[in-house]
Amino acid sequence: MKNYIYTIAFLLSIGSLFAQQTPAPKQSADYTIEGATAHLGNGQVIENSLIMFSNGKITHVGNALTKIARRGTVIDAKGKHVYPGFIVANTTLGLGEVDAVKASIDEREIGTYNPHIRSIIAYNTESKVVESMRPNGVLIVQTTPRGGTISGTSSIVQLDAWNWEDAIVKENDAIHMNWPSSVSYSGRWWAGEPRVVKESKNYTENLNKFSSYLQQAKTYLKGNKSEKNLPFEAMKGLFNGSQKLFIHVSGEREITDAITLSKKEGINKIVIVHGGDADKVADLLVKNNIPVVLERAHRLPNAEDQDYDLPYRTAKILVDKGITVSIGMEGDMERMSTRNAPFYAGTYAAYGLDKEEALKLITSNAAKILGIDDKVGTLEVGKDATLFVSEGDALDMRTNKVSNSFINGRKLSLETHQTKLWKRYSDKYKNQ
Amino acid sequence: MKKHLLWLLFLCTSILSAQEYFPKDDGVKTPNNKTIAFTKATIYITPTNVIKNGTLLVKNGKVVNVGRSVSIPKDAQIVNLEGKNIYPSFIDAYTDFGIAKPKRQRGNPNASPQYEPERKGYYWNDHIRPETNPIADFKFDAKKAKDLLKAGFGVVNTHMQDGIIRGNGLLVSLNTQTTNAYRVLEDKSAQYLSFTKSNKSRQMYPGSLMGSIALLRQTYNDADWYLKGNTKNKDLALEALDRNKNLPQIFYAGSKINAFRADKIGDEFGIQYTIVGGGDEFERINDVRATNATFIIPINFRAAYDVSNPYLAQHVSLHDMRKWNQEPTNPKVLAENGVTFSLTTHSLKKVDDFTKNIQKAIKYGLDKTKALEALTTVPAKILGKSNIGNLQTGSYANFLITSGDIFDPKTTLYENWTLGDKNVINDMNVKDIAGNYALALNGKTYDLSITGKGAKQKGALKLDDKKVKSKFSFKDGWIFMSIPSENDATKFNRLTAKITDSPVILGKVINEFGNESQWSAAKIVKKDDEKSKDKKKKDNNSTPTVLPVSYPNVGFGLAQQPKQETILFKNATVWTGEKEGNLENTDVLIKNGKIAKIGKNISVGGAKTIDATGKYVTAGIIDEHSHIATTSVNEWAQNSTAEVTIEDVVDPNDVNIYRNLAGGVTSIQILHGSANPIGGRSAIIKLKWGENADNLIYNNTPKFIKFALGENVKQSRSRNGTRFPQTRMGVEQMYIDYFTRAKQYDAKKKSGQAYRKDAELETLAEIINKERFISCHSYVQSEINMLMKVAEKFDFNINTFTHILEGYKVADKMKEHGVGGSTFSDWWAYKYEVNDAIPYNAAIMHNQGVTVAINSDDAEMSRRLNQEAAKTVKYGGMSEEEAWKMVTLNPAKLLHIDNKVGSLKVGKDADVVLWNTNPLSVYAKPLKTIIEGRTYFDIDADLAKREAIKAERSKLENMMLHEKINGGKVQPPSKRVKELFHCETLK
Repeated sequence: MKNYIYTIAFLLSIGSLFAQQTPAPKQSADYTIEGATAHLGNGQVIENSLIMFSNGKITHVGNALTKIARRGTVIDAKGKHVYPGFIVANTTLGLGEVDAVKASIDEREIGTYNPHIRSIIAYNTESKVVESMRPNGVLIVQTTPRGGTISGTSSIVQLDAWNWEDAIVKENDAIHMNWPSSVSYSGRWWAGEPRVVKESKNYTENLNKFSSYLQQAKTYLKGNKSEKNLPFEAMKGLFNGSQKLFIHVSGEREITDAITLSKKEGINKIVIVHGGDADKVADLLVKNNIPVVLERAHRLPNAEDQDYDLPYRTAKILVDKGITVSIGMEGDMERMSTRNAPFYAGTYAAYGLDKEEALKLITSNAAKILGIDDKVGTLEVGKDATLFVSEGDALDMRTNKVSNSFINGRKLSLETHQTKLWKRYSDKYKNQ
Repeated sequence: MKKHLLWLLFLCTSILSAQEYFPKDDGVKTPNNKTIAFTKATIYITPTNVIKNGTLLVKNGKVVNVGRSVSIPKDAQIVNLEGKNIYPSFIDAYTDFGIAKPKRQRGNPNASPQYEPERKGYYWNDHIRPETNPIADFKFDAKKAKDLLKAGFGVVNTHMQDGIIRGNGLLVSLNTQTTNAYRVLEDKSAQYLSFTKSNKSRQMYPGSLMGSIALLRQTYNDADWYLKGNTKNKDLALEALDRNKNLPQIFYAGSKINAFRADKIGDEFGIQYTIVGGGDEFERINDVRATNATFIIPINFRAAYDVSNPYLAQHVSLHDMRKWNQEPTNPKVLAENGVTFSLTTHSLKKVDDFTKNIQKAIKYGLDKTKALEALTTVPAKILGKSNIGNLQTGSYANFLITSGDIFDPKTTLYENWTLGDKNVINDMNVKDIAGNYALALNGKTYDLSITGKGAKQKGALKLDDKKVKSKFSFKDGWIFMSIPSENDATKFNRLTAKITDSPVILGKVINEFGNESQWSAAKIVKKDDEKSKDKKKKDNNSTPTVLPVSYPNVGFGLAQQPKQETILFKNATVWTGEKEGNLENTDVLIKNGKIAKIGKNISVGGAKTIDATGKYVTAGIIDEHSHIATTSVNEWAQNSTAEVTIEDVVDPNDVNIYRNLAGGVTSIQILHGSANPIGGRSAIIKLKWGENADNLIYNNTPKFIKFALGENVKQSRSRNGTRFPQTRMGVEQMYIDYFTRAKQYDAKKKSGQAYRKDAELETLAEIINKERFISCHSYVQSEINMLMKVAEKFDFNINTFTHILEGYKVADKMKEHGVGGSTFSDWWAYKYEVNDAIPYNAAIMHNQGVTVAINSDDAEMSRRLNQEAAKTVKYGGMSEEEAWKMVTLNPAKLLHIDNKVGSLKVGKDADVVLWNTNPLSVYAKPLKTIIEGRTYFDIDADLAKREAIKAERSKLENMMLHEKINGGKVQPPSKRVKELFHCETLK
């Protein structure tokens, strides 16, 4: 009860300072966070830490016992925890508002090969769903289109911006594709009949089609381009190494084929998304330095005989094999559930992964996989001051209580549509 | 083509047997009432009454005498059957022989759903068709008859396989030589039922299995009301139902679980159905026996799965692999457990497979006498006929003549007699010439090997151990062969020979120049014997390995129910959920399925002691809103379906029960979905993995029903909604209407007047009488408020608002009304009406004094409800004690089971979870989940189980690969998909 009152009081106080959804201005005054347990995001922990940042960049990371002048506003964070802002890959966050209202959804375009379709221009900074991320520590996401064989081009955004341009952390970071399946199903399973699994008749054909699409794109890009081909233009980055190819694929055979084919066609920056069977091809992944964006931990086993906790253990299995792993969101209710990404990491920790290693899934590993590790993902001098303070362990829903949050040193509002309603109705009963 | 012509010719002869009083214009009268005596045979008068060296006397299609010393009339034709056997021919009591099933009408997908029936003057529901008499649609199917005759059948019962009540059947002889005037032995034999709707009507109701069950019950009630003369209208369907009531009632269940469901309906109305099973009865044999029903069992044993591609093979569940291995034991298990059953060709792709499959069942241990009974006396008894299925005097002369034991694969079926008419299957006069011969031709000696049976014998030729390309045929007692000339392989010798009784075959050869000479072939006796002996040995050695069944029969099933133990947890952190709060270093004793003691330093002899130092002991989690462990969720085809109940469709085989246990869940309410304002009744169950459906349901279970409000019930996302109501305004009026009618109904019932028993109004009256409680799916404040007002108008309370995402807006009113809230921790933004859903909802409602639970509505979330409860600590600052109650004591209160479960209190059920750490932490894992002192989940036992599954899968995969490599039949791998239900699933 006490807790409850404190939290209300706290939220009321910040509520009066910041209006909902108004992005914070550029950092003008310095900040010092003192006394917290700092989880650097690279596996290291500094108890009783001292972190300072100015002009949007981290200027100091060290021990609070160090005798050094504290700069600007000092946040006393004794007994609290400080983390780099959490980063979540592969989500449609900002591309839709209410699932059942079609008018509010912009997540999939028609067509098979859509590399030119760019998520960034549909990213809605004013989304009520987007603002609900920040109170949980999720500050950066890869906003990703769905559909087709090549779904389109994703971009990486920070979650406190006036418009999509301001939100960009990295524009057009990657092209996403859904790898064809080597098996096909038949049978009216919804009518209680079994689904018959057969080798897909079209698998090789689909692979050949994709292969020749890549070859055509390469040929086009080498030519004089007198007649513009928008999809091929959009794939330039794949061949010159400035963009990554995120291949959404799960099966052991398919992962092997995906890597072999992409390499052969001159694509070297590959990320495996989902990677259900990734552990079975771990050697291939390690050898080619290919990371995996895993699914959420909160899902059911794929088959009746599968271990009940296999979905909880996959991160541990892959990390043990030496693979760089992060967490993606694709699936049911992915937008609103993105705020639960810290708890997926926590669940992966509950089932075997070291806690700091689990933290990496949504900090340094995610930054590396998304190619933004020069700026974010760890608490290091010179990096963006994108970080937050939590009352307790932020991977645990029981203790994840964000009290201060910054993007590029800008102090964020933690207000949301939801906190406003909470206050409004708490007040209603208080005043009755 | 030739075959067809012969068949036609065969049919033409049948015109001979015209009815006696019919005019005759094609010749003189040729009466044919001769007596035939089959002598010196082994005769199975019944499966258990067998005579050796007996005589069967047949006249006018009937058996006139049978026995060891039968006097044979002088004018009788005598057929000497020395060394041969005679059996009554087989009966199939469940077929659609000669009756085409109506095709489903393809409708316009954009058309509005059809709620009304298409027939007039019949029952209100088109899927109740007891008036169906298929005699008018019956067309004797000569081709199918031939297949059935070949498999040994003589009589089948057939019916229109369409609808829930399907009308009566026909008993038909398979005699191909006569007309329907003689073949149809009975035109009203048995009434058939099923759970499946008719293809003849597009009427939507029932839209689910539980709807079919409710409809059957209501039909019986309505028939009773109608026949007592209480209605003004004419109902031809109910009248037909009454006419059929003394016929045998045959219910097509198609699976063990549906068999239990059907049997239960029968029990309620004093009807013992004969049940058509699914071949999976061995998986729950005790429950099958307990039905006391006679079964009709298909023997459609599946082929092995082709597991040679491991990427595909991984999709096949252990359950399906096991079934390949275990299914052939089904008839044996039924027989050994005293279940009376007959066998049917139903569900076989080819009737040809029947013989093979029954031999397989016998190889897997089915007693041959039981097998014969299952094909003769039992189906006769099911159909209430004493003159078929046996060869007693007076019975129909339907019998088989074989070379020996009818179930021996080496035996030849010679003739299948129907109504005293002969059908030759294999000519018994054809000599069996199988064997190895030394063939002498033009000075050379070839090896001739003849294999096969009857007219299908094949020959292969070798010279000096090398295969010689040659042609062999054996027809009408003559051998014809073409053998290449020894000088020029492109020229040929043609050999002929007539088979005689002599051991040496002698014949004529015409060489490539047209010159004739002699050839001969002598049987090599010794070699042949050796070979067959070897083969026999092999056959005998390959008694099949059958893996044991588990309960349920899936990978994580249990060999038996866990034992109830006395368990002492020592030195735990105990979250009582009671006023004692959370206790450190405390012991918990459970005994006789109850919590016996909570305190410090408990010691007791004979208890299993578990050191729980550093660990947590809590009550099991309770999920107020679940849709796992059920076969259907929504009876969506009417706006009110209070007549249906999930209790009818609980599915104890759902692996999500086990997964829930692994998440510390011990009790759940399986709710009906949210497709209609008045939904169906709930099932409140304990997750006793391995038990049958009935044993999962609480004893004296509280009565609940699902109601629903908002977007789902007004069909917001349907393009062609025509069902009332389409707005929240209509929803209110619908409730008022139904409760008004229920009140009137109840008043009439209580007044002692005669009343039409209506399961729907009966249920609603229970609500008004405060005997049944509502859990109502709800989102926005306006409708929440409305329903409370409607309830108050009828002087009862809503028990629970489930989902209740805007409960925080009217928490004060909820408190005042006395309703509880069962909500999601943080779901929102999935539809328009959850725009204002906030994760602080639980905390606000709690703070206003509402009893609040956190539920799942989801098979995935339900196995980590501890984490969801923890979110109320984050959002809204609930204390850990209160947060924990939201998934234990509070849902127990909302479900009226808090006197038994929900907290750790002496005397309550020992539904207990042992956790590795603070159960509200994301790092918490259940180590043991216990229900009534039985450990249903144990983290170490689970590890062992995984290894066992891996080993068993490999074992079965190897068996299937062995089958494939040795030429056995295989099928592509398939995956049984368990559909995951939510509120909105229309099923």
